[in-house]
Amino acid sequence: MDSATSDRAALQATADNGLKIVVVGGFGVGKTTMVRSVSEIRPLNTEETMTRAGEAVDDLDGVHSKTSTTVAFDFGRITLDERSVLYLFGAPGQERFWFLWDRLFSGTLGAVVLVDTRRLADSWYAIDRLEHHGTPFIVACNDFGGSFHTEQQIREALDLSPDVPLVECDARDRSSSKYVLITLVEHLYALSVARSKGADAALAGSPAPAATMTPEPTT
Amino acid sequence: MTSVPRPRPGRDDAPDRLYTLTGGRSRSDSAAFDLVTLVVAECEPNPGMQSEHVAILRMCDSPTAVVEISATLKLPVSIVRIMLCDLLDTGRISARHPRTARVADRLPDTDTLEQVLVGLRNL
Repeated sequence: MDSATSDRAALQATADNGLKIVVVGGFGVGKTTMVRSVSEIRPLNTEETMTRAGEAVDDLDGVHSKTSTTVAFDFGRITLDERSVLYLFGAPGQERFWFLWDRLFSGTLGAVVLVDTRRLADSWYAIDRLEHHGTPFIVACNDFGGSFHTEQQIREALDLSPDVPLVECDARDRSSSKYVLITLVEHLYALSVARSKGADAALAGSPAPAATMTPEPTT
Repeated sequence: MTSVPRPRPGRDDAPDRLYTLTGGRSRSDSAAFDLVTLVVAECEPNPGMQSEHVAILRMCDSPTAVVEISATLKLPVSIVRIMLCDLLDTGRISARHPRTARVADRLPDTDTLEQVLVGLRNL
């Protein structure tokens, strides 16, 4: 216990706001590598279990067979300033993981879908689920030195909407991983600006002209 | 590096241990603790306390996220949440919950995002 706590860099006493970003991807795609390359602590690993009552989770009347769902994930940490700390979670995109999404990752800023261009189909399910949960995300292709794909080929293979940013990266490289995170947060920023403009226009009672719904071309 | 399988928290433990830690209870209010809620100890551990409670209080000498407590104690997040509720009830810890609403996956405000961008660019 003592050894576990002593190599843990303590947060500043003023830290009071935790933030989350999730890196989703299949096994071996480099999630932990990316978390490690930007984290200020050695990535830690933990687990959540949940007992679900069959399919009808909220049904209090019936007796259902219970199934236990267990999901392991790892995480790292980035101190942003004296009050805010960003936690970066590496999570497997497998089916059972999504049962725990609301419980673990609601309130997350957004997600990075990390893909291996040699195994693009592995990411379909994660992209589908993120869209379903309404979580904004970007796609980052980890460079494994596979054969060259154009951006258009990758977008088509992933059936990716044109407004979802797609970047290449080397998850082992700190500045490359940092760039991925910045791209995600810039994307979130553009979405947030666009949404608040839309809301303002709606409040003013005037139909929002198409131009005000478009994010400013800041990037 | 991660090729040596390490026992996962919870899974290989005797179920009795997890049952004993929480008295077999579940608590609906434990959902208030987010993965990234920062926990701060408000007292010193007492000699008679449950060893996990002692460990939490020692760890939370400085603010510590729920998920870091879970990883360090090698216990599932849900078990840690229940223990934190007990410690909160008795005033032994305080909790700094995230300011980002967790009710829905809605977009955070631009001020928050700007702060995050500044922090990331300064890395």
